[in-house]
Amino acid sequence: MNSRNFSQVGRSVPRIDGPAKVKGEAIYTDDMVLPRMAYGKIKRSPYAHALIKKIDYSKALALPGVLAVITGEEAPNKWGIVPQTANEVALAVHKVRFHGEGVAAVAAIDEETAEAALNLIEVEYEPLPVLLDPFASMKRAKEVRIHEEAPDNILHQAEQLFGDPDKAFAGCAYILEKEFHTSYVNHAFLEPHTSLASYDPQSGQLQLWSSTQVPHYLHRQLSIVLEMPMNRIRVTVPAVGGGFGGKGEASSADFCAALLSRKTGRPVRVTYERSEVFATNKGRHPCHMKMKIGLDKDGYIQAVDFDNTLDGGAYAGWGIVVMFYTASMIHLPYRVPNARARVRRVYTNKPTCGAMRGLGGVQPRYAMECMLDELAEMIGVSPYELKMKNAVESGYRSVSNLHVPHTEFKKCLQTVVDKSGYLEKHGKLPFGKGIGLAGGYYISGTAYTLYLSYKPHTTVLIRLDTEGGVTLHCAAADIGQGCNTVMAQMAAEALGVRYEDVHVVSGDTELGTFDLGSFASRLTYASGAAIKEAAKQINDKLFEVAAGMLGCRADQLEVKNCRFYSTFEPDKTIPWEKVVDVYTNTVGTLTGIGHFSPPRLKGIDLSRGARVQGANIGHSPTFGFSAQVIEVDVDVETGKVRVVKVTEAGDCGQAVNPMSVEGQVEGSIMFTLGQALYEEMKMDADGRMLNPSLHDYKVPTAMELPEIDSTIVESYDPTAPFGVKESGEGPVQPTIPAIANAVYDAIGVRFTELPITPEKVLKALKEKKEKEKQ
Amino acid sequence: MKKQLIQLEINNRVYEVPVNPRDLLVDVIRKKVGLTGTKKGCGQGDCGACTVLIDGAPVLSCITLAIACQGKKITTIEGLADDRGNLHPIQQAFVDHGAVQCGFCTPGMILTAKALLDRNPQPGEAEIKRGIAGNICRCTGYKKIVEAISAAAATISKGVVK
Repeated sequence: MNSRNFSQVGRSVPRIDGPAKVKGEAIYTDDMVLPRMAYGKIKRSPYAHALIKKIDYSKALALPGVLAVITGEEAPNKWGIVPQTANEVALAVHKVRFHGEGVAAVAAIDEETAEAALNLIEVEYEPLPVLLDPFASMKRAKEVRIHEEAPDNILHQAEQLFGDPDKAFAGCAYILEKEFHTSYVNHAFLEPHTSLASYDPQSGQLQLWSSTQVPHYLHRQLSIVLEMPMNRIRVTVPAVGGGFGGKGEASSADFCAALLSRKTGRPVRVTYERSEVFATNKGRHPCHMKMKIGLDKDGYIQAVDFDNTLDGGAYAGWGIVVMFYTASMIHLPYRVPNARARVRRVYTNKPTCGAMRGLGGVQPRYAMECMLDELAEMIGVSPYELKMKNAVESGYRSVSNLHVPHTEFKKCLQTVVDKSGYLEKHGKLPFGKGIGLAGGYYISGTAYTLYLSYKPHTTVLIRLDTEGGVTLHCAAADIGQGCNTVMAQMAAEALGVRYEDVHVVSGDTELGTFDLGSFASRLTYASGAAIKEAAKQINDKLFEVAAGMLGCRADQLEVKNCRFYSTFEPDKTIPWEKVVDVYTNTVGTLTGIGHFSPPRLKGIDLSRGARVQGANIGHSPTFGFSAQVIEVDVDVETGKVRVVKVTEAGDCGQAVNPMSVEGQVEGSIMFTLGQALYEEMKMDADGRMLNPSLHDYKVPTAMELPEIDSTIVESYDPTAPFGVKESGEGPVQPTIPAIANAVYDAIGVRFTELPITPEKVLKALKEKKEKEKQ
Repeated sequence: MKKQLIQLEINNRVYEVPVNPRDLLVDVIRKKVGLTGTKKGCGQGDCGACTVLIDGAPVLSCITLAIACQGKKITTIEGLADDRGNLHPIQQAFVDHGAVQCGFCTPGMILTAKALLDRNPQPGEAEIKRGIAGNICRCTGYKKIVEAISAAAATISKGVVK
């Protein structure tokens, strides 16, 4: 069967929640009001590092309209997205570790009263020395310890060794060693965190509506903090105004809303101000990286040595995962036969860093793609030639045991180079104009649950009857990426109906079946596999009934375009609905249930000694790829870098919804362009954020939109359900290095520190001029 | 602070609402009138999600006092579709062109686009970008939004819908 002979998958259909969203009718958590609802607010620390000596909230409690006040000691259980390193609490207990950390929370009859009550809470602090730089933090660890259990102020450190890089370097013809530094950036999703909790004292049931990407992990963490069994908690995800990783773990808003609701017996809603979104952060880790790459005389990569110090901020969060990802990311999308990674994730007194779109990939990718650009120049070949020469192909297995079942990465590189005229332009444009090339990839489908369980990552239940038609249940979270539409398309494809006929019930841990959440570009792949399995059970039943009705054999039937057909006798055909009617009328509602468990032992076979050292992170069933050529204008008078054109080509496997894929790609590029050129959270010496607003934290506007020419390359991963891969995190990877390489092409300066601001450009141009004079 | 009863004309309907003099339009529209399509993303006039039209011009409702809007015609996103629920051509174009992802910037973006097309029915790409420069979208990368506005301009100028 021609696997690409799809009718519902591969169609650019409008998203199913589009009309509600353009009419302003989509309900986000902060739009919800429940009877007797109270308003919660969080009191935040004015110190970045201090002991809490005393909290007196008697005056706050006496204020008319105040219903309850809570402090950290009422719910001291530690939570964390990674259970092995969980060290966060709902509100600070005894100690604050970053400026803006919550110390108490209030529920009141309205927001004004809640805010007034915060000012009446008296907190006595004993300030401690503030550590803002990871190197200072490690150096001064004996004198200042951020967490008792981390005597060196390091969350975790690791060394991974594959092959013999030292020996390989000794034989290399070209070796380049450099340092790179990335900045402290925030997701700046548009909807601040909001959580609405409703605890029913009679039944002991809690329902929580939250703007989260991970209803399941939130569910688990609520269970831990509230000391309630999961089956007494229901998490519901209304419309979510973007996440990009920032809503990929619980927030204090969730815990405070739940605790206050349980204490008051009323629904309580907590909505963050924008400044609180910055104060609680969980954005991208600033990385201080040293990278060494060695090539043989023919330009083949022989070894990579990578050293990374991640500035983690105050708590663990996703930190250990991000750390291992940075180590893992050096193994693709080029063949690296020998590699060493030494990585450490360090605590500092800053809002915690966490997961952000393309986590752990963006920083090492920036270093590696810029260095390959420079190495190409050293050898005297085009960066395109060097990257093509080293690019991985389908079936590749890295020394770290990452298995790439299918890739069109070379086609991506070739496409962007051809379409942009890179070879004709590179090195030949006038001063101030430049063109740069970079590649990238990302995992797709994820390999492990964070709490190391063997249970399936996604379960899809498809229900079918005359009354409801097709209903797909899955507790996945549509945070704007469009998974509800894509799941409807895949289910329709598998059942032979139209995507409009599929009702998707998602984002609810009670109505939906299990799903891990929207992160790590896992959902299209994972839900696709579960949908296929569920649909097969349904089709098997319907085929038997249809066969009886048509007078032929079930194994000779096909279902497509809402009809069953005999493959041998085309006149034997019957509408799909009629068969469903007959089934429902005789047997009743039909269900099918499918599970997805990622293959666990891919490439790891302890009996043969094939293992992964350090961590298995980075494994996934398949990988998506992207290549970008970016053209820039550098204004040598003002130092301003303007991105003029982006040519992108991506391998996302079979695109389920090409229009949606384009949206992911274009969004990825603009999102990352901001990190390359504008975005950075700045702190003063006391750890107070200087720009916690969208006024002073500069994200790209439409004025910065360049010409974007993106191509979805022809691709189909035969090992993946419907041939799919990820599309929303791979295209994040090449943008920064492609810009940096283009700036080098324009003005001959290699920037190794982000963002590339006008000040840095002018300074570099001045230094360059002075050097040339000498 | 003493509350006063004011009249606000929103989407051709007059609402009587008790407000404090310092109450912001966004809060009055969302909480007192109950039209939650207007979003609050920053509360400081930076992101544009709270954009409404006042006498046809885009205004940031999170930095506008409600009492200052008496006697003016306010249009929110709920006032854009016609009486029978048919989408305005800009709304339709946003759906058709994939200009919506998380949807949080969408109401403000569409109203800004409406004001733009009302004063400049056939804007070029640069004019569209300038027109929506005050509205942040973090999901789409703006490209499909610009395309949708351009397509809506073409539909409107064909006179299919006014």
